[in-house]
Amino acid sequence: MSEPITPFNAADWRPPSFIESSMLRWTLGLMMAVYLSIAVGSLDVNWSRLAEGMQRGGWFLAAFTSPDFTSQSRDILLGLEESLTMTLAATVIGVLLSIPVALGAAGNISPAPVYLLCRAFIGISRSFQEIILAIFFVAMFGFGPFAGLVTLSVATIGFFAKLLAEDIEAMDPVQAEAIKSTGAGWLQWINYGIQPQVMPRIIGLSLYRLDINFRESAVIGIVGGGGIGATLNTAFDRYEFETAAAILLIIIAIVMIAEYTSSIVREKVQ
Amino acid sequence: MSDELIWRRRTRQRDLMVWFCYLLAIALFLFCLERISFATEWFFVQDAPRVAADLGSRMVPPKWNYLRELWIPLWDTLNIATLGTLLAVALATPIAFLAARNTTPSIRFVRPVALLIIVSSRSINSLIWGLLLVTIIGPGVLAGIIAISFRSIGFVAKLLYEAIEEIDETQVEAIAATGASATQVMTYGIWPQILPTFAGVSVFRWDINIRESTILGLVGAGGIGLQLQASINIVAWQQVSVILIAILLTVVVSEWVSARVRHSII
Repeated sequence: MSEPITPFNAADWRPPSFIESSMLRWTLGLMMAVYLSIAVGSLDVNWSRLAEGMQRGGWFLAAFTSPDFTSQSRDILLGLEESLTMTLAATVIGVLLSIPVALGAAGNISPAPVYLLCRAFIGISRSFQEIILAIFFVAMFGFGPFAGLVTLSVATIGFFAKLLAEDIEAMDPVQAEAIKSTGAGWLQWINYGIQPQVMPRIIGLSLYRLDINFRESAVIGIVGGGGIGATLNTAFDRYEFETAAAILLIIIAIVMIAEYTSSIVREKVQ
Repeated sequence: MSDELIWRRRTRQRDLMVWFCYLLAIALFLFCLERISFATEWFFVQDAPRVAADLGSRMVPPKWNYLRELWIPLWDTLNIATLGTLLAVALATPIAFLAARNTTPSIRFVRPVALLIIVSSRSINSLIWGLLLVTIIGPGVLAGIIAISFRSIGFVAKLLYEAIEEIDETQVEAIAATGASATQVMTYGIWPQILPTFAGVSVFRWDINIRESTILGLVGAGGIGLQLQASINIVAWQQVSVILIAILLTVVVSEWVSARVRHSII
């Protein structure tokens, strides 16, 4: 005897929920609602200042239709030059320095003490924002692009070494083993067994980091680290919205160009 | 002997080309270094180790009872990150649907606009958005929330529209074949497929935003950065070290939360 078929009522069907347990779903929802009401309640909004701000926001948007590239062109060019040189130099230095760190931080090729040391270094340099590093380096090295260069280099090491170490850990050990079995020395082993496997990643990541470093170089100037950020900060302080709009447009354009070129290069090497 | 062919990876011409490219790259790098060192006061740089040691000695011991004054700024920081992320996600979702090749109403007109919004939002750091919004709507937490959300829109929308473009079209077609309306296709065909990405990206961005909201105060946009700026201005380095430790702990906790949540989603 076959089982009785329960009639399927399409109207009763509900799509399965993202969070399966209804208990958990409701608790999370309730917690979220409570948090939101407290958080929004603790916001201290000055509505008259906001209304005044709307007008200023309108001016700023209008400034985008007539950006002023010319009246501060000397400062803009100087800031841009500093930003670009800082970006390029810091990326090169950071990548070169991060390769040994990455080798040390790859668990499959380095001894435990070196591994821990390199991982600790990466962890510390990653947990602080570029801008906090910049504050300290500006205090140490004085105002100007050198502090920015050091900041971006250190930040690059943290980022680059971590991702490269992960790539080395994910490599094919057979190739490295094959090189080692020919009697190769340590440097030859790295150079012929490991480097070719991670080279596309190195190129791709360097270009990506170049892009990030340029964006970051635009803010380091706010705390005195040189670059276009200082010019932008001054423009905002003087309410020169047309100049600020021009600088923002330049930043957007450069980032777009950088992203476009790096995507082409990355497609070629990968 | 010299007639013997030796294996080469490239032809001589290509070899020269490669070396020439290296030469250009090194020249460019040296030029950049030269420009930077031209703008640097080397006296200060030579003095740096002493200054660093001095700073270090001024930072210890941390002034622990200052921590009492940090709870409210930390709460503000958390709110800036969370409300900013929520606002960003709400604004980014429609933009992502307009930017995805398979859901956009018009590839030629709407998609470029959506992509332009995404790129502009991504190219401008949240600190610059903060600078701008503080000038426009005045200092405070609200400027921070909007700054964080403006920066996050591009990030969330980009990852989301890439996920939308990669969905399985057969499921969408199956729903459409039942005679479903456009909204029903959206809620039953597309949305369930991108929901894990949506949740993962939101939590990931929240984690990044916690980090970013700790420094927004430097330009006056609320949060613990205000205290950092104030302490640096009055050279109270013992307070600075407390603030840095507080920031570090917040970041570590938020990273842990985000990793746990993403782990359980994926």
